[in-house]
Amino acid sequence: MELMDKLTILTDAAKYDAACTSSGLDRQARKGRMGSTLPAGCCHTFSADGRCVTLLKVLLTNICCYDCQYCVNRRSNDLPRTAFTPRELAELTMQFYRRNYIEGLFLSSAVLRSPDYTTELMIRALTILRKDYGFRGYIHAKAIPGADPALTWQLGLLADRLSVNIELPSERSLGLLCPDKSRKAIFRPMAQIRDGSHQYALERRKSRNAPRFAPAGQSTQMIIGATPETDLHILQLTSALYRKYRLKRVFYSAYMPVASSPLLPAPEGYQPPLLRENRLYQADWLLRFYHFSANELLDDQNPNFDPNLDPKCSWALRHPEFFPVEVNTADYEALLRVPGIGVTSAKRIVTARRVGPLHFDGLKKLGVVLKRAQYFLTCCGRMCEGLSLSEDAVLRQLVAEEAPRLTQYQPEQLSLF
Amino acid sequence: MSDWPLVNYQYDGTFAGFLSCVYDSFTYREAPAAFYTPEEARISFYTTRVVETDEAHARQVYASWKRRISPEAQQLAANGFLTCMPEREMAIYRFVALGYQVGADIVHWLTDERVEPLYKSVQFLKNEAHLLKGFLRFADYGAFLAGRIQPRNRVLPLLRPHFCARYNTEHFLIYDETHQEALFYRPYQWAIVPLEALELPPITRNEAGYQALWKRFYDTVAIEGRYNPKLRRNNVPKRYWNHMVELKDELEPHSRQPH
Repeated sequence: MELMDKLTILTDAAKYDAACTSSGLDRQARKGRMGSTLPAGCCHTFSADGRCVTLLKVLLTNICCYDCQYCVNRRSNDLPRTAFTPRELAELTMQFYRRNYIEGLFLSSAVLRSPDYTTELMIRALTILRKDYGFRGYIHAKAIPGADPALTWQLGLLADRLSVNIELPSERSLGLLCPDKSRKAIFRPMAQIRDGSHQYALERRKSRNAPRFAPAGQSTQMIIGATPETDLHILQLTSALYRKYRLKRVFYSAYMPVASSPLLPAPEGYQPPLLRENRLYQADWLLRFYHFSANELLDDQNPNFDPNLDPKCSWALRHPEFFPVEVNTADYEALLRVPGIGVTSAKRIVTARRVGPLHFDGLKKLGVVLKRAQYFLTCCGRMCEGLSLSEDAVLRQLVAEEAPRLTQYQPEQLSLF
Repeated sequence: MSDWPLVNYQYDGTFAGFLSCVYDSFTYREAPAAFYTPEEARISFYTTRVVETDEAHARQVYASWKRRISPEAQQLAANGFLTCMPEREMAIYRFVALGYQVGADIVHWLTDERVEPLYKSVQFLKNEAHLLKGFLRFADYGAFLAGRIQPRNRVLPLLRPHFCARYNTEHFLIYDETHQEALFYRPYQWAIVPLEALELPPITRNEAGYQALWKRFYDTVAIEGRYNPKLRRNNVPKRYWNHMVELKDELEPHSRQPH
């Protein structure tokens, strides 16, 4: 088979994986070797769906011995099947990399013969890349659940980030849709990766030459909307993953019907829950950078996000006692809780107010977007003045003075944001 | 300083030339009304001082920014010179003049009119450089790799450390069409030089093959059910498209020629 056809088939099979990041690792270039990594990651292009493309995201093979219902590569699906040879893939990666198309490789695979055999093939490809080509760019590899831990070790010594997809947010759903995968088989490599990273980090403190095991940590992904879990359930699971397994990222993937199955939402006229996915990412951001907890954002009475309102705004409207926040005296944590103020804005506010009191025009100069924030802030004890639009004035009145009532009644007003 | 007479500074357009103007301004106690190069010469009511670039003066002024203000301020002012901000020399001058008075604290004056415009322009410069670290495309011409960019700001000095380190084993050049200068690299030397135009040979079959593979990967990796051209345009502004292998054909689908 031509390389072009292989690339097409194995990209098509890999595209539903949401994770395409190259961040979390600062590996400087080394004289005589190709490649480096940037701690913030680097997007090389954006595909027609608007998603970042940073890594060559392909499967090593799409020949699979499993039959997971939600997966396009399940063995009962009638598809053209192929596999890269390890050398072919390494060469392609290098050629793309030197043209600055990509930041590195994201290697995943269907399970060919057995998890062990598949992992061995992946190790071979990565070994060629790292050892023969001296490649120092980013590599993200999928750990295959059920593989021998010794093989997962080797994979982690070659890759920068490892991930194991938990696929579905609950054991029941997993059992129903993926009869060949057990929850235990998924969490075992996760724990191994966590412990491995920790152990190697300790050894690296003793010696700079100690090998690094998955230095950019691990991530995971789950499918949203294929099964009935609530947002609260998903968010609690997410925060447990961050806490217990020290994950760097949890990705969500709005379910796309890849083929009909009696167990899944019908593809007829089906719309993927993209807005819900977006709300979950916003909430995920709040967990990681804004020090919110899952139970602050949702509870048993409201187990799902309001699609009309972002989670932070939603929280703010339910907590009128917290507002308004005084820009000139509030601590950094309190500023972070204001809708419309992000990490960058909060830091700039803290810096700029050292030299003198801040007013609303100063906030604008700092790049703070006041559209939302103005309803929740005071500068030197004053609310924002001089909004010329009457609609804005009404809204401001509503939120500033009647915020308590607003949270108790109707959702209609909220959609004005 | 506010009682210093105003003069125009004519200089050669180089950073060292600009630093020499700053040196003269503080030595002769004259404040700038404007800075310009001989090509931009204009009629003005103010006296024009033609400043010869003096490396020693330049070095002295540059070092004083770090010593008397702060290393961050020095960096900000130097980067300011690479931005496309109109009258950038005046903005930098005002910034350092304030810096000499208030010292290292100046980096906190984010809302001051002498700091904020410079800060914002430098943000734009850095942002554009960051995007181009990803969006730049090299083509392999056999003996070397070459890529073209059309940035608004002079990003080459900011791109230089990244690309020279990452591709330290390669021979490459990056041509900035806007500012007509090029970064040349071969192991382990680099140079940024003015270059009026860049003529390149046609690409080889091997190169065309990799471009086709990349284009195919790009087209395949998008999920049809999530098609979102607006989000893509927000993330990769169209002005970058004509130099990107995978996107240039999408600019004018009707004029596409079969090869």
